[in-house]
Amino acid sequence: MNLTELMPFSVLIPLIAAPLVALLPGRVAPWLVASASAISALAIAVATWIGVSQAGVLRYAFGNWPPPIGIEYRVDAANAFVALLITAMAAIMLIWGRITVNREVPERQGAFYALFLLAVAGLLGITLTGDIFNVFVFLEISSLATYALIAHGGDRRALLAAFRYLIMGTVGATFLLIGIGFLYIMTGTLNMVDLAERLPAIGESRALQVGLAFIVVGLALKLALFPLHLWLPNAYTYAPSLVSAFIAATATKVALYVMLRFIFTVFAPEYSFSALPLAMAFTVLAIGAMFAGSWLALLQDNLKRLLAYSSVAQVGYMVLGVSFGTVLGLSASFLHLFNHGLMKGALFVAAGIIFHQTGSVRLDSLRGLGRVMPWTLTGLALAGLSLIGIPPTAGFISKWYLISAAIDAQQTWLVVLILLSSLMALAYIARLVELAWMQPRPADAPQVSEAPIGLLAPLWLLVLANFYFGIDTRLTVGGATAAAEALLGMGG
Amino acid sequence: MSALSLFNYWAVIGLMMLGYYCVIVRGNMIKKIIGLGIFQTSVFILFISAGKVLGGSTPILREGVSVYSNPLPHVLILTAIVVGVATTAVGLAIAVRVQEAFGSINDDDLDRLGYDSQDEDAA
Repeated sequence: MNLTELMPFSVLIPLIAAPLVALLPGRVAPWLVASASAISALAIAVATWIGVSQAGVLRYAFGNWPPPIGIEYRVDAANAFVALLITAMAAIMLIWGRITVNREVPERQGAFYALFLLAVAGLLGITLTGDIFNVFVFLEISSLATYALIAHGGDRRALLAAFRYLIMGTVGATFLLIGIGFLYIMTGTLNMVDLAERLPAIGESRALQVGLAFIVVGLALKLALFPLHLWLPNAYTYAPSLVSAFIAATATKVALYVMLRFIFTVFAPEYSFSALPLAMAFTVLAIGAMFAGSWLALLQDNLKRLLAYSSVAQVGYMVLGVSFGTVLGLSASFLHLFNHGLMKGALFVAAGIIFHQTGSVRLDSLRGLGRVMPWTLTGLALAGLSLIGIPPTAGFISKWYLISAAIDAQQTWLVVLILLSSLMALAYIARLVELAWMQPRPADAPQVSEAPIGLLAPLWLLVLANFYFGIDTRLTVGGATAAAEALLGMGG
Repeated sequence: MSALSLFNYWAVIGLMMLGYYCVIVRGNMIKKIIGLGIFQTSVFILFISAGKVLGGSTPILREGVSVYSNPLPHVLILTAIVVGVATTAVGLAIAVRVQEAFGSINDDDLDRLGYDSQDEDAA
C-alpha cells in the first residue's frame, strides 16, 4: 500500500474505531482501543507529512471517482502540518487523560471515548479534505461530538456551556453552508482546486462577495475570533479536563486553517482582500482580541477560565498574522497555530492535573501549591513562559516571527501592541506564580500530594516540546513556511 | 422574470430571518432549537431551489428527456438534513439534562440562578 492510499486512514481509523469503542464495556478496553487508534492516526500523519515534504501534494479520490466529480482528499504542506498537530495532541491527551476521565466521567466511558474519537476524526477530516461540502459535514461531526463531550463536565453549568456552544456553533456552520451554496450556485463545483480555477473567470460578482462574507463570518464564529468568542470561555472551563485540553489545543486551530484555505486557496488572496476589507477587519478584530482577551484573563478567579480568555487573545495573534496577507505573516500564523497548540495543551493539562489532585481550579486553591505539587506547578509556570514569549521557548519563536512579519508589512506600530499584550500575559502568568510560590498554604487547605507519574509524564513531554521547538525550529518554522507557501500557491 | 418567479428565494430570506430572530430573541431553549431548525431549513430550500432547471424534468435517465434538473443539491441537502436532525437531537438532549439539573430551560430563570457567577465551586 503506498502513501497516497494510506493517507485517508488517519481519518478513517478514528471514525471506524468510534462505534467499536462505544460498544466496549468497562474502563480499560475503550481507552486502549481509543489510544491505539489515535496513535496509528499519528503514525499515518507523520508518514503523510514526510511524504508531502518530499513529493509535494498527495491526492486520493474516494470510490475512484476522479475529482471534481468525486470527493478527494488533497494534502499539501498546510494540511499535513495541521494534521500532525491534531493527531499528536489526540495521542498525548488520550494517554494522559485516562486517570482524569476515571474521576470525572465514572460511567459509560465507552461512549465518552467514542465521542472523543469522533471529534478527532471530524477535525482531521476538515483538515485533509479537498471538497468544500465535505468540510461542512466533518465540521458538524466534530462539533456535535464536542458539544456532547462538553456536556459531560462534572459541573452542571457544563450543560449550559454546551448548549450555548451548540447554538452559536450551529449558526456558524449554517453560515458556512450558505456560503458554500453561493459558491456552488456560481460555479457548479465543490472541489477546492476546481473552484480556484473557475472563480477568477466569474470576475466581479456580488454573489461571490456575499458567499465569501458568509464563509468568513461563519468560520470566525468557530475559531472564536473576538467578538464572536462568547461560547469559548464557559465551554473550556466546564468541560472535562481531557476535553478542555484537547479542544483548546486543536479545535480553534482547525477552524482557522479552513478559513485560510478558503481565503487563500479557494478564493485567491488578491480577490479576498479586495472584495472584502479583510486586512482592515482582521487587524482591528485581532487587536481587540489581544487586549480584551488578555484583560479578561487578568480578571478571572478560575484557572481554566483564565486560560480560556488567554486563548481568545492568542487567536488574535494568529489572525493578526493573516491580516498582513504576506507569506511571512501567514507563516507566523501557522507557526503560532502549532506553538499555541503546544503551550495551551500543556497549560490545560497542568490545570487538569491540579483539578485531579485538589478538586478545584479556582485560583484561591492554588495558594502555596507550588511547594506541595512542585512538578505540576513548575510545568504550568514553564508553559506559561512559553505563552508570554520568553526565549528559549516556542512562544518566543512565534512572537519573533509575528513581529518580523509586522515590520516587513510596514506596520511597525503593531509591534508595540504585540509587546503590550505580551506584558498583560506576563501579568496573569506572574499572578499564578505568585499565588503558587510566594503565598503560604492556608492552614485549612485540604491535604494534597504530587500527581502520579502517569499524569506528569505527558505534561512534561509537552513542556519540554515547548522548549525543544524554541531551540530547534527546523520542524516548526520549516513546516509553517511550507504551509504558508502551499496556501499561497507558491510551493509544490 | 417577475418578482413572483423568485418566490422560493423570497421564502428563503423570510424563513432565514424568522429562524435567526427566534434563535437570538427567545429565551426558552426549545424555542431556540425550533428557531435553529427553521434557520437551517431555509438554507436547504436555497440549495434545492438552485438545483431546479426551468423546463427540466426529473433527473432520471430515460427516452426523450434531454433537459433535467440538477440532482446534486438534493443529495447534498439529504446529508445536511441528517446533520440538522442530529443537531436538533443533541440540542434537545442537552435541554432535557438542563431541565433536570436546574429545574428550568428559560434563560431568564437560569440567569437568576446566576450560572455565570463563580460562587458555585466545581463539583
